[in-house]
Amino acid sequence: MLEVTNITAARSEYRLFQGLSFQVRPRQIVHVRGPNGAGKTTLLRLLCGLVRPDDGQILWDGIPISERLPEFFRALVYIGHENGMKADLTARENLHFAQRVTGAPAGLDPLRALETLGARALADIPCRFLSAGQKRRVTLARLLTSNARLWLLDEPFAALDESARAVVSDLVAEHMQSGGMCVATSHQPLDCEQFEAREINLGAKS
Amino acid sequence: MSGTFIALLQRDLLLVFRNSGEIATPVIFFVVTVTLFSFAAGRDMYMLSAIGPGVVWVAALLSAMLSLDGIFRNDYEDGTLEQMLLAPSALSAQVLAKVLAHWLATGLPLIAISPILGILMNLDLTTTSVLVVTIALSTPVFSLVGAFGAALVVTQKKAGILLSLLTLPLCIPVLVFSILGVMAAASGQPVFGHLSLLGAFFVFSLTIAPFAIAGSLRLLAGD
Repeated sequence: MLEVTNITAARSEYRLFQGLSFQVRPRQIVHVRGPNGAGKTTLLRLLCGLVRPDDGQILWDGIPISERLPEFFRALVYIGHENGMKADLTARENLHFAQRVTGAPAGLDPLRALETLGARALADIPCRFLSAGQKRRVTLARLLTSNARLWLLDEPFAALDESARAVVSDLVAEHMQSGGMCVATSHQPLDCEQFEAREINLGAKS
Repeated sequence: MSGTFIALLQRDLLLVFRNSGEIATPVIFFVVTVTLFSFAAGRDMYMLSAIGPGVVWVAALLSAMLSLDGIFRNDYEDGTLEQMLLAPSALSAQVLAKVLAHWLATGLPLIAISPILGILMNLDLTTTSVLVVTIALSTPVFSLVGAFGAALVVTQKKAGILLSLLTLPLCIPVLVFSILGVMAAASGQPVFGHLSLLGAFFVFSLTIAPFAIAGSLRLLAGD
């Protein structure tokens, strides 16, 4: 379980949010919403331990994440704004190296993962030749190549077409079903009504 | 941990292989600079061998600097650095894998070509071999120190000059002792002292640099 208590974050003297608290339990989705610049990405980067909060604590299974980062990193997949792929490597190679570098417990084989996302045909094409949406599909295949419990998704639907969006929503639903956790920022609805979803609205004046 | 190390090493070498043009630039720069000097010195063979070690050395140092700029910035821009920061194995080990890949791709070719350039500059066999040994001991230092500089400017788009200003001063001791060693060899004096100092520079930077690089990457790229 991921617990966030009273965190405050600022970006160059401009305070984004203050005293934010919430929990993510197994089978629970947290949908972070808010206008551009509200701090959605900053919140996700705080949650995955890339940045430390100015104040407050983030606990993973009851222990502050900063005290056992390697274990925490093993339990999460973070899909950021940037796809995290080398333009000169093929989709399959990128996934293969990502799987080995992140050291998360191995999930699906890269090819199978690409197949699930409808990107099997892209496996052997260098990523520089893929369109933005195709790149995003390959990036999201990373979710399947690991068995991480916590998914942190920053705008997972960006550049995706209708069918890919449906596939990703299904993946999130499946992940919930198997007891996973998910925090996602998105301007679109996540289409996972059957699961306990919490909405966090950043930048809403209270 | 070793899995991550080998994975990153393989990935970076594969990228070098796919981008062979980029990697040839330092070697070509090295060869062209030294060759031009040998033309510019005219027919004065004595002067050629007098300036030879310095010319080969300065050219090696500058061409090593050429390839440093993108060592972390490419990873920062495409988001793979972010994924490295989120890997459970020690960042310093991952960084070391990247530096090793950089050295294999840029340092090793410089070492391999330097005997030919030594002969081109009319250096005798002993001097040339000492020259090669000093370059072999120093290119890892350039890769390590340079990677530290590159990590410090990782968020800057155009940082070529800044990077040189940061790293060249740190490389000057290496340059000085290398040249002293080669000069000593040319005049028949013992060179072991100079070479051991170069070895000490190498061990020192190998011990410190991975942690310094990892620290600055976490600080700058994490934010």
